[in-house]
Amino acid sequence: MALTKEQIAQRIATELKDGFYVNLGIGIPTLVANYIPKGMNVILQSENGLLGMGPFPFAGEEDPDLINAGKQTITTIPGSAFFDSAMSFGMIRAGKVDLTVLGAMEVSETGDIANWKIPGKMVKGMGGAMDLVASAKNIIVAMMHTNPKGESKLLPACTLPLTGVKCVKKIVTDIAVIDVTNNGFYLVERAPGITVEEIKSKTAGKLIVEGDIPEMKF
Amino acid sequence: MNKVVNNAEEALRDLSDGVTILLGGFGLCGIPENCIAALVKKNVKSLTCISNNAGVDDFGIGLMLKQKQVKKMISSYVGENAEFERQLLNGELEVELIPQGTLATRCLAAGYGMPVIYTPAGAGTEIAIGKESREFNGKEYLMEYAFAADYALVKAWKGDTEGNLIYRATARNFNPLMAMAGKITIAEVEELVPAGSLDPDYIHTPGIYVHRIFQGSNYEKRIEQRTVQQKQ
Repeated sequence: MALTKEQIAQRIATELKDGFYVNLGIGIPTLVANYIPKGMNVILQSENGLLGMGPFPFAGEEDPDLINAGKQTITTIPGSAFFDSAMSFGMIRAGKVDLTVLGAMEVSETGDIANWKIPGKMVKGMGGAMDLVASAKNIIVAMMHTNPKGESKLLPACTLPLTGVKCVKKIVTDIAVIDVTNNGFYLVERAPGITVEEIKSKTAGKLIVEGDIPEMKF
Repeated sequence: MNKVVNNAEEALRDLSDGVTILLGGFGLCGIPENCIAALVKKNVKSLTCISNNAGVDDFGIGLMLKQKQVKKMISSYVGENAEFERQLLNGELEVELIPQGTLATRCLAAGYGMPVIYTPAGAGTEIAIGKESREFNGKEYLMEYAFAADYALVKAWKGDTEGNLIYRATARNFNPLMAMAGKITIAEVEELVPAGSLDPDYIHTPGIYVHRIFQGSNYEKRIEQRTVQQKQ
């Protein structure tokens, strides 16, 4: 069975460590916040200027001055801090943020990522994605393994305009966990019931399979 | 010198067609609502607007787009605006998309008196085309210029008659950076207090950067994505 979006987020949450500062992108990455292990101290950074992002507010308690990078109303947790946008990207550029999780349209076997522009379609902009991928110490991509047409999103080289080069370290898709190594995509785990053959057939870039590939556990 | 003016109309009295304007805010959070309303009323044209976003169809910079006041938009993200899309596709509007951190830091550089910054954002991508780059410690950085803008329009929570500003929560975003980067910086605040009323230790923007200040009115503070959780 391919993973649901929630399960992709749940699997990524197992990569979190106590004390991590984490930036979560829009979409599946946002869901990772729901699976932070109990008792683990993980501080969420929102690039519009907040460290210590809390859950959504209760109805009637929304504050228009307090939003996340997806422009949603949010809350703060005890110990949070506000800052301006230059400092926000300053701490990202300086490598202070331990982990960045974001979505992608394509990832190449060398870790290039494309997630901001499709030629011929209205371009909305890169937002903070180019800053994040250029500087983050550790980038995990959360995405479906194939696009709606069934084509692989893990390619020898990206076909879409790039967001950043040689930056993605790990990919968690609906069917596999893959590390991006100097030699290509390295298969780490497979989704329950998904065969190595299926992952191979859906991975257009170079896929390295060594030994038995364990199933993800939930 | 008295920095205090009565309202946005007075603050924008000398703003004319063709100028470059920095506008604070992230999405609709922390935008200078009163100044935007005055720009719409004044109907100045051929503006170059530098702002992280371009508002929505019926609020924020979207109101200026509707009147075709904007010649060029420099932003990091311009979704959520159908009129913007229409003008862009029709070639009526020029758009330059730049990374969000680059946008912020180009303001910072202007306010710090530095002509350029080097950032890795966009290195190796199409936005690097035509830009000077340099390698530091084995990594490529793009050279990006400090903004030179005629006006900066910012919104703060509190301000005093000396122009000192304090922002609130994530409505701070680009406001303090843009405040530093305008040849003429105009601050609108929710509450204007006499000099001496604000604790100097808690000032975000020192008044030296602010040329005109007024207490705004009728803040709508529209929420773009109202998201709530249910009580258990």
